[in-house]
Amino acid sequence: MIEIKNLHKSYKMGKNSLHVLKGINFSVEEGELVAIMGSSGSGKSTLLNILGMLDELDEGSYTLDGVPIKNLNETKAAQYRNKFLGFIFQSFNLINYKSALENVALPLYYQKVGRKERQEKALKYLEQVGLKQWATHLPSELSGGQKQRVAIARAMAAEPKVLLADEPTGALDSTTSYEVMDLIQKINDQGNTILVVTHEEDIAHMCKRIVHLKDGVIVEDKKVEQVRASQYV
Amino acid sequence: MFSIDTWWEIFKAIQKNKLRTFLTGFTVALGIFIYVSLYGMGNGLNNTFMKFFGDDATNIFRIYPSETTLPYGGFKAKRQIEFKNDDLEQITNQFAPLIDYVTPQIQRSAFVTFKEKSDNYTTRAVGPGMQFAEKTIMMKGRYLNATDIRERTKYAVIGRMVEKDLFQGRESLGAYIDIGGSAFKVIGVFQDDGGDNEERYIFIPFTTRQLIEGNNDKIDQITLAFNEAIGYSGSMKFQRDLDTFLRKNKVVSPEDPRGIRIENVADNLKRNQQFANVLKMIISGIAFAVIISGILGISNIMVFVVKERTKEIGIRKAMGATPKIITGTILLESIFITTIFGFIGMVLGIVTLNAIAGKVLEDDYFITNPSINAGTAIFVTILLILCGAVAAYLPAKRAAKIKPIVALRDE
Repeated sequence: MIEIKNLHKSYKMGKNSLHVLKGINFSVEEGELVAIMGSSGSGKSTLLNILGMLDELDEGSYTLDGVPIKNLNETKAAQYRNKFLGFIFQSFNLINYKSALENVALPLYYQKVGRKERQEKALKYLEQVGLKQWATHLPSELSGGQKQRVAIARAMAAEPKVLLADEPTGALDSTTSYEVMDLIQKINDQGNTILVVTHEEDIAHMCKRIVHLKDGVIVEDKKVEQVRASQYV
Repeated sequence: MFSIDTWWEIFKAIQKNKLRTFLTGFTVALGIFIYVSLYGMGNGLNNTFMKFFGDDATNIFRIYPSETTLPYGGFKAKRQIEFKNDDLEQITNQFAPLIDYVTPQIQRSAFVTFKEKSDNYTTRAVGPGMQFAEKTIMMKGRYLNATDIRERTKYAVIGRMVEKDLFQGRESLGAYIDIGGSAFKVIGVFQDDGGDNEERYIFIPFTTRQLIEGNNDKIDQITLAFNEAIGYSGSMKFQRDLDTFLRKNKVVSPEDPRGIRIENVADNLKRNQQFANVLKMIISGIAFAVIISGILGISNIMVFVVKERTKEIGIRKAMGATPKIITGTILLESIFITTIFGFIGMVLGIVTLNAIAGKVLEDDYFITNPSINAGTAIFVTILLILCGAVAAYLPAKRAAKIKPIVALRDE
C-alpha cells in the first residue's frame, strides 16, 4: 500500500539546513495498523506530513497504492489527498461553525458527491462512531472524545486507502484515549490501513506494528501482540 | 460555480460572520448610495438647464436694440436704436438662404376684460413664425397667419391660463375680449411646456399693434430662426455677419458694446450644457473615489477574513479542496456581498432621490427630477460585480497559497 525508499528531507533555517529525515525505507501492507513512535524532533511528524502529501520530499521515492507521488502541484495534491487519505489530527480540526454531520460530509463535498448521498453517507459514518444523535450539534457542544470521533468519521467518510492519525489521543485523557483507540482498532478490523503517530507506549502497543524513529532514521521496526483497547473501556 | 452546494457553503460562511459581513456590506452600500445620489443630482441639474431652454426652439437669434454708448458716423452717443418693418425685409433679403423665418415682437402689458372678469396680461404682438420659435402648441383654433398680418386683423391667440381665468370653462373660441380698449376676437388657445407663466401670454398680429399705436412701423425686438442645416459653427458665423450688417445699417460703431445685441440661444444652451457636463464629471469623479475607497475597505476586510480563516482553509485543503475551489469560493463570497449590499445602496439612493425631488429642490437648488437612467443602473451593477471581484482577488490568491501544513500546525 505504502512504499517509501531512501527518503530524505531537510528544512532550511536561514543559512543552516536541518536534516530531519535521513534515508527512510519503509513499507506498509494493506490492512496494517502501524504506530510510528519517537521523541519530539525524531522526524515522525515530518514523515507523516510527507505521507499525507502536506509536505514534499527532497530525495527518494514514495508510492501510494501503486501511484508514484512526486512533483505534485497543489491541485493534484488536493485531489490525491481527497482520494487516498483520511486525516485525524491531535486538535481535531473540525470547522467550528459546521454541525458534526456537515463536518463529516466535507470530504464528500470535495469529491463532488451529491447532497443527498453525502448526507446519508455522513450519517452512516457518524452512526459507526456512535454519534448519530449528535449529528446536528456544533463541535463546541461536543466533548473532546466526541470531537475526535467526529474527526474519525470525517476521515472515514471519503473511504480513503489509508488513515493517517497524528497523535489522535494527544489531547484526550486516558479513558477517552482508549475509547478512541478502540474505535481505531475496530476500523482496522474492517480491513482499513491505519498509521498512528504517537509517543505514548500504551497507545503504540494497541497497534500491530511499531516503528521507532530516532534522529531521522528508523531504529526499530517490529510486529507486536496487539493489546485490545476494549478491555479498558 | 453555480452549484447549490457552493452557495450553501457561502451562506454558511456569511451567516457565521454576521458582523464582518455587515461592515463589509455597509461600506459598499454607502459608496453606491453616494454614487447614485450624486449622479442623480447631477442629472437633475442638467434637467433644469434643459428645462430652461428645452421649451423653445434652439436655432434662434434674438436681436435687441438699445442705446449706443459710443459716438459714431456723425451721431452722438446715447442714441436709441430702433427697428422698423423695413429692417425685417432687409434682413430677409440679405440672408434669405440662411433663414427659416423672421418674426418681430412688440411686448405690451394690457388690461384684458371678458364680461365681468378682467386682469392684467402681457400681450405679444408677433408674426406667424413666433409659434415655432416658442414651440407653442395649439389646443384649439389656429395661430396667427400671414393674412392676419397683412389685413391687420383684430384676432388674439390666448394662453391656456388666460382662458381658464377669464372664461372659467366657457367657450372662448369666437368670443370677443377687450385688450387695452380694443375688441379682439379669440381665434385660438395654446399651451406651452415652459409652464403656467408662458401660458399667460396673449399673441396678436404685430401690424395690428402698430395700427393701434398710431399706425407706426416700430419693432421692439426681432426673433430670427436660422436654417438648422448650417450647424453650430455656421450659426456663429451667421451671427457675426448679421451683427456687422445691422451695425452698418443702423450706423452703430463695431466697437460699441451696446446698440445692437444678438443673443444666440444655441450658444447659450451649449455653454450651459458644457457647464452641467463638467459638473457631472466632477460629481462622477468624487463618487468614483468613494467607491474606490469602498473597494479598499472590502479588500482590507477580505485580507483579514482570509487570515482569520487560515486554519479553516487548511482543513479544507487537507480534506481535498483544490486551490481553485478556495479562490472561487472567496471571490464568489465577495461578489455576492458587494452585489447584494450594492443593490441595497442603489435602491436607497433611488428612493432618496425620489423623496427629495420636488418643488423646493427645483426652485432653490435648480435640481429638477433627479434620477438615474437604466443605463447607469446597469453600469453600476456591472461595476459592483467588478468591485467585488477586484476586492477579493488578492486575498483569494493568498488563500489559495496557504499550505495546509502551516495552517494546521498546532499552536
